[in-house]
Formats: sequence, C-alpha cells, structure tokens
Amino acid sequence: MSIDLGMPASGVAGVPRLPDGDKQTKRDFTSDQEVRWCPGCGDYIILNAVQSFLPDLGLRRENIVFVSGIGCSSRFPYYLDTYGMHSIHGRAPAIATGLATSRPDLSVWVVTGDGDALSIGGNHLIHALRRNVNLTILLFNNKIYGLTKGQYSPTSEIGAVTKSTPAGSVDQPFNPVSLALGAEASFVARTMDSDRTHLTEVLRAAAEHRGSSLVEIYQNCPIFNDGAFDVLKDSEDGQARILHLTDGEPIRAGEGDTARVVVRGADGNLSVVPEKGADPATVVTHDVAAADPSLAFAISRLDDPSMAHVPMGIFRNVDRPTYDDGVRAQVAAASPDGPATDAELMELLHGKDTWTVEGSMEPRA
Amino acid sequence: MSTLKNIDSVVIRFAGDSGDGMQLTGDRFTSDSAVLGNDLSTLPNFPAEIRAPQGTLPGVSSFQVHFADHSVLTPGDAPDVLVAMNPAALKANLGDLPRGATIIVNTDEFTKRNLSKVGYAESPLDDGSLESWQVHPVPLTSITVEALADFDLGRKDKERAKNMFALGLLSWMYTRPLDGTRAFLATKFAKLPDILEANLAALRAGHAYGETTEAFSVQYAVAPAPMDSGTYRNITGNVATAYGLTTAAHRAGLPLVLGSYPITPASDLLHNLSKLKHFGVTTIQAEDEIAAIGSALGASFGGAIGVTTTSGPGLALKSETIGLAVSLELPLVVIDVQRGGPSTGLPTKTEQADLLQAMFGRNGESPVAVIAASSPSDCFDAAIEAVRIATTYRTPVILLTDGYLANGSQPWRLPSLDELPSVDVEFATEPNATDAKGKPVFHPYVRDEQTLARAWAVPGTPGLEHRVGGIEKADGSGEISYDPANHDTMVRLRQAKIDGIEVPDLEVDDPGGDAKLLVLGWGSTYGPIAAATRLARATGAKVARAHLRNLAPMPANLGEVLRSYDRVVLPEMNLGQLALLLRAEYLVDIQSHTAVRGLPFTAVELAAVINEHLEVLHEGSRA
Ligand SMILES: Cc1ncc(C[n+]2csc(CCOP(=O)(O)OP(=O)(O)O)c2C)c(N)n1
Ligand code: SF4
Ligand SMILES: [Mg+2]
Repeated sequence: MSIDLGMPASGVAGVPRLPDGDKQTKRDFTSDQEVRWCPGCGDYIILNAVQSFLPDLGLRRENIVFVSGIGCSSRFPYYLDTYGMHSIHGRAPAIATGLATSRPDLSVWVVTGDGDALSIGGNHLIHALRRNVNLTILLFNNKIYGLTKGQYSPTSEIGAVTKSTPAGSVDQPFNPVSLALGAEASFVARTMDSDRTHLTEVLRAAAEHRGSSLVEIYQNCPIFNDGAFDVLKDSEDGQARILHLTDGEPIRAGEGDTARVVVRGADGNLSVVPEKGADPATVVTHDVAAADPSLAFAISRLDDPSMAHVPMGIFRNVDRPTYDDGVRAQVAAASPDGPATDAELMELLHGKDTWTVEGSMEPRA
Repeated sequence: MSTLKNIDSVVIRFAGDSGDGMQLTGDRFTSDSAVLGNDLSTLPNFPAEIRAPQGTLPGVSSFQVHFADHSVLTPGDAPDVLVAMNPAALKANLGDLPRGATIIVNTDEFTKRNLSKVGYAESPLDDGSLESWQVHPVPLTSITVEALADFDLGRKDKERAKNMFALGLLSWMYTRPLDGTRAFLATKFAKLPDILEANLAALRAGHAYGETTEAFSVQYAVAPAPMDSGTYRNITGNVATAYGLTTAAHRAGLPLVLGSYPITPASDLLHNLSKLKHFGVTTIQAEDEIAAIGSALGASFGGAIGVTTTSGPGLALKSETIGLAVSLELPLVVIDVQRGGPSTGLPTKTEQADLLQAMFGRNGESPVAVIAASSPSDCFDAAIEAVRIATTYRTPVILLTDGYLANGSQPWRLPSLDELPSVDVEFATEPNATDAKGKPVFHPYVRDEQTLARAWAVPGTPGLEHRVGGIEKADGSGEISYDPANHDTMVRLRQAKIDGIEVPDLEVDDPGGDAKLLVLGWGSTYGPIAAATRLARATGAKVARAHLRNLAPMPANLGEVLRSYDRVVLPEMNLGQLALLLRAEYLVDIQSHTAVRGLPFTAVELAAVINEHLEVLHEGSRA
C-alpha cells in the first residue's frame, strides 16, 4: 500500500513527547486571551474540543504550532497556549508548508474557514494536499464569510440570500471533501461542531495520520447563517440524514426499521436505499484505505445542498510519502557526514576554474 | 605569417541564432581570458522566446565580452569585433558597431532565403554596404563539416560544432589558450565520445584556419591586468547571490530555506540553490510567488533563514506577505532580480524600475530594509549583508539585483574564510517579562535597546509559547491591541528600527577633492558610471562619484554629501525613482538622467552627460 521510504508512519513521529508520567490538561492549552467570538458561535465548541483533546496527544506543548489565515475561525491560535501564527487571508497552508518542511520536530496545525481555504487560499490548499505535507488542516465551514459580516462563500448553496447576494447566489458551491479528494488528499474527514465525541475521534485520527489531513468541520454561525446545519442536529431527522462512515462497515443512516444504507447499483452508481430489503451483495462496505479514491469520491457526492444525506466521518486515510519527509531525506542524503565544513564552503566558492594573481596594483610592463 | 600586436583591450560580441550556441561560446572565451589574467566583464543578451523562428531577428542571441590589461568596469560600449553567425545576427547588431570594427561572418548562412527572412533584398556582403567595416567572410559551416568529414555523424551534428570552430578561430586571433575549453568539453560530453571528438576537431580546425589562411594577418595579445593578488574565478551575479546566501547561512549555523517560483531572470537562483543541499539548503518550488514567500516566512518563524527569490511581477504578488513579515518582525530575505516592466515587460532585459515597489509597495506604513548590489561579484557580499540585516533586526530585507548583474560576469577575488563576515543569530530562551501575578513570561515584542529588534523565540522553546499575527500588537507584550496610541507607537517603532539599521557612510571618489559635480548611482549602474567618470577625468574633467548600496535606510551622511556639491546628477534605468526619493528627503535638486532600453548605460553616453552638466556649471559660474 505505502511506498516504504523508511519514513515514519505517524503524524506525530519525531515530535518530542512529554516525559512518561507527565500529564497535561485542558488548562495547559488555554491561553490567557479573552475569547471574542459571538455568543453561541460554533467556534467555541470546536475550541473546547481541541483544548481538551490536545493533552491526549502527549506531545510537548512547545512543539505544537497552530497557523491560521484570516476569518473568525482563524482567531483560533490566540486562544491556545501553544506557538501560533495568525497570518494573512488564505495563505496559512503555504506558511505551514515552510514550517513543517524545515521543522520535523513540530506538530503543525492549520485552522481555516470556508472562505479562507476555498476562495482566496484555494490554490494553496490543493497544493498542500497534493504534496501531502505533514499538516492537520481544520476547515471550519459555516457556509458564510463571518468576519466580513455575512457575504456568501464558496460553500454557500445556489440561491443563498446574503448581504452580497440579495437576489440569491448563482455560484455553484464547492463540496470541500470532493475537492480535497480530487486534489490527491491522503486523509479527508468531515465532522460537526455539535458532536464532540465524533469531532474528537476524527481529530485523533487526523493527527495520527502522516501527511496532510483535511478535516471539514460544519460550524454554525448564529449571526450570519444561523441554523445552516440544523437539519443534521435534530436528533431524529438528523440521524436519518447522516451517513456514518466507519471503516469496514456498511455506510448507514438511521437505525432499526428506517435505517438506510449505501448500495452500488448495476450502473456502478451509489445510492441510498432502505436497509430492509437491500440486496446484501450491493451494500457498500466502507474502506478508508482503498488506494483508489473513486469510492471515497462517490460517497462524497451523495451529499447535496438539501442535505438529504450527509456522509460524516473519515472518507479516506491512506499512507503515501509526504513532501516534507521527501525534501528532508534529500537534504540528509546530500550531507551524509553532517553539516558542511568551512573547507567545503571554500571549495564551493572556488568552483572549478580559478587562477592566481601574484602581484599588486602596479601595472605590468 | 601573421604579426603579433599588443593591444590594451578589446570588446567582442558573438551573435547568432538562439540555437547556435553563442552563450556557450562566449562563456568559454571568457573563461580562457580570465585564466590569462585579463580583467573582464560580460553581457549576455538573449531573446525571451526559447526558440524564436530560426534565422529571424527575434531569434538572435548574443554574448559580449570586454577584456583588458587594465581594470574593466563594463562589458564595453560597442564591440570591436562582431562574430555574426547568420544574416539576422549581422542585421541585429550592425547598428552597435562603430565604423572600422571587424566583422567575421558565416557566409554559409547568407542564402537567399535567410537574407529575405530579415528583409535583405541583396546580400550585404555583396552590395558594398559593409564598406566601412573590416569584413572577414568565412564559410564557417561548410569548413566545419569538411573538417569533420571522417566522423560518423549526421550533417546536423557536424554543423552544430561550428560554434567551436568560431571559438577556435577567435582564440587564435586573440592568443587565448584552448586547454580550458578542451577540459570543459571533455566533462560536458564525457558520455558522448563521438560528439566530444567532433567538437575538439572543430575547435582545432578553427584555430588552424586562423593560423594558415591569409585572411587574418594579425594576431592580438592582451596582457594580464594588474589586480590585487589572490585567487580569482569568474562569476555571474546569480551564482554570486546564491553563494552569498549559502555562505551567510553557513556562518550563522542555520538552515537556509528558499521558497521560490520560477521567473526570468531569477530562476537561476532557484536552480543554483537547489544544487546546494549539502550545505543544508532546502528549496521549495511553490505553487506561486505568494506561497513561495509564505513558505519562506514559515521557515523563518521556525528559526531558519527564510529566503524568496523573484523578479518584478513576482515581487508584486509577494507584497502582502512582506507586510505580514514587517508586522511579525521576522527575518526574511526577498531577492528581486529586476527586469523590464511593467507587467511582463521585457523578461530577459535589465531595468531598475522596481525601486519604489521595493520601498513602498505594500499597504500601511510598512518599512523594510532595501539594498542593491552593484556588480556581479558584489551580489555575494550584498546577499550576506541582506541576511545579516534580516537576522539582526528581525526584518524583511529586499535585495535588488537586475538582469544585467544576474547574467553578467566578472572576475571575483575569492575571499578567505576569515574575510567572510560573521552572522550571529540569537534566539530567546528565557522569559523576558513578568505577568500581573509576578510570574515570568515571554513577551515577543520586547525590544533590544540598541537595535530595536524584538525577542525571537522559536517553536520548540519550552515556556516561551506565544502567538504572533498581522493584527496590531501591544508594544512589548505582543497581545492584540486596537489602542490608537499604541498603534501610533508601533508604527513609529517599526520605522525607527529600519531607520536605525547601521549602514556605512557613503564614500565619495573625488581624486582632486575640488569637484563641483557629483555623479551618484545605485545598483548595476556602478560599472558604466565609473567607466564614464574615468573617461571624463581623462579629458581633464573634475567630477566626483559615489554609489549607494543602502537604499533603506540611506547612509547618515548622504544629505551632507549631496548638499556639498553644486550639482548632482543621477543616472538610473527607470524614470527617476531614486531622484524622486532624494529630492523629497533631502530637498536637493537632483539632476536625473534616465534611460529604459533594457540595456545598461554605455560609458560614452554617461561621459557625455557628465560633460553636459559640467558645461552647465561652467556657464553658471560665468553668468
Ligand atoms: C487580502 C484580504 N482580502 C480580504 C480580506 C477580508 N476578509 C477577512 S476574512 C474574510 C472571509 C472569511 O471567511 P471564512 O474564511 O469563511 O471565515 P469565517 O469568518 O467565516 O470563519 C474576508 C473576505 C482580508 N482580510 N484580506
Ligand atoms: S460572525 Fe459568525 S462565525 Fe464569526 S464569531 Fe460571530 S458567530 Fe462566529
Ligand atoms: Mg466561513
């Protein structure tokens, strides 16, 4: 499955760990900054979950870095007591690429929004995913530009009435999961602010994955796009809509008599049908490690703006060489005897063609 | 038998189709001259198209080399010798050739078809239009093919060796040794023994042609130039810049991380640095210029020396991230190899029109250090200086070079190890403040009193965890602050930090000490201005000369220097950008002389400018 370059398999391999027996708590990861999101913002729940989860990694706090772009969501690093950079709009994946490539001893996280990651920063996102830089990217999707007060975003549905689309948006939205899979991402997952257990589980797998992990997090913006994901949160209706992705299991929504599963039809297309009466031979078993991303992609397409079916969980989780490991391996291979010596530097400067002048500034006869 | 004549300097231009190998021919001739101890300077000039249609004017590529028995400041105003491999090369270059100059033409290419491609109705070799020049018609292609008659190679391969024939001939004419080229070919064609032998044979044949034909009656010798003792090599600006960066990182003991996106004429920096992995150099070819500088800044945040290299259009894309680096106060080296603009402009030609972009091309008050290299070999020192300023003051530094410096070459006296400046970088390892409860904490915006550089703690340092960002920060603590007075303080602090960077005083070259006219320059105009000054002084003119390396901040004595002359003239390859700054800053009525032809100034042109201004001074004193 994976090409063995003798490279570490875990996303946090090489990052210094706490001494055995030492424990960190949520408080250790909470900075002294006053959190300034609007009351009820989904970002609070995600922050809480991340602060609670980080101690589980057992990493030294000083070796964790959060890099963000610009947006409400991108304020995230200020509230975590790790190293952090609140950068510029859309560029966090690029900045994180340089950091992760030059510092294998850091666990590097990117926090971004739907506008930050998919509009202005779309190019950097797809290239980070393609390269498979060892980063964990948390994409807070509230289907709106929050910070700039309510314009539609690249994930807003057609018809969305927002400040900049009073007559409804005519833009076709991106499905971030489909986009990431198309960009060769090796780890892609979706989760939701309101489901803390699921969020934490996905974060753990994402951090553990070596390479770029893209985690789309549905996040409610009560001020500019309130209730965008409510249909998924209503306990009964929501359960009927959420297709749970569990490796090695059928992809199922709901329970008991009304449960529905994903099947592959004779034409090869996926559809969601009542489990009762479904031909077992057609029921799709989820396989996160499938080398071919087309199943994961097909699953991502079951989603539509009406949110009749929304797959949640890990779509894909495959091992593939990472960019930063590859770059470092080349640098290491070029210097088997350690850092270059002064003599080697002088040799470089001299090059192959030199000549010597033994004289002075006196003109020659 | 030919006679041997000693001359003090010569300018040769090799010109041909882009496929004719003129750059290589020129390069080899240069190396052989350098080894002889001549001082020299070169100017390659190639088309933007990789392969413009064969035999056309846009497809002409040339390489000019000026070598002498005295110090050489420019690649030469006008060639003494033109080697024209086809009609297009003749037509494109004839205008630069003074009457009486020597032209060696490859007559084989003067076919009806090739002549009509460049609009010659009749062959200039036959219609008398070249009467004022000394023309040597040589059927270069066919003699080469003939010389290779015994080789089991196709005609095309044989023809391709004609540049070595030309090199052999010119080497004979100017008594250059062939050993260097032989060794070079042996390495280049180590895996292609047939091609190697053919090239060697062509080289020999060219040499023999000069020796045996009556056509060339004179051979020339150019004695070595007096130079400081030491070991020398020839170096182009782009190689010198790459080596300077590598040297600075080596001296600092830190890894160098280059984030770059290919663009002419800066791409060679990426190529050169990507070959230096054994010096701890990491290169990232990013998806665009914004990502390139982003990855460099990310690396700087992690404690590496982050560098990004580009040309004008790329610098435009990097603006926002340079602004972020100004706000984060992290070291970052940005190299802009200027080319003709605006927009795509003249990608392969030189210009100095990015100065104002470098100084001010960002939103907000966003000061950075700006320095400019003055010659190909000076790129080495300038790159080290850029790293030193960036790391010492935690600031972006923009180093301006240009197409002329990047591709031009000159001999470089190699520095010894102890001549190399040291680059010392200190990271914070301890808390530097206390919080309200008296607990020791780290405040990232506490400054060094002397340099105003902020404390730099890199991730991985326990206890110093902190967040930085592009939002305004409170002086000292670095926390987000929207306080009006604090913003005013921070804007002024960032400016004061740049203004306080230690730069050497401007030195003035005024041998008599009584000149009333000062010629000031910056960047790659150094050579032409110095050569022009030399010309003017040779005719008795009193003129002082000074050259600016530090453009932000400028030397402390600059205003005083400017005011101490009756007249200051400033040649620039833009429409007067530095003149604008100096007028605004020092209220001195700078006389701007500008040209934007994509080519360096000539010494003769600038000497005339000097004389014009001396004339004005003279008239003024009479009035
Ligand atoms: C270069 C640049 N362009 C525009 C902006 C304005 N801006 C800030 S955040 C933002 C959109 C944020 O949307 P999203 O990424 O979805 O984040 P959210 O606020 O919804 O979390 C925009 C357009 C900016 N800061 N910089
Ligand atoms: S605008 Fe929306 S996304 Fe931004 S903080 Fe307020 S609620 Fe949260
Ligand atoms: Mg948003």
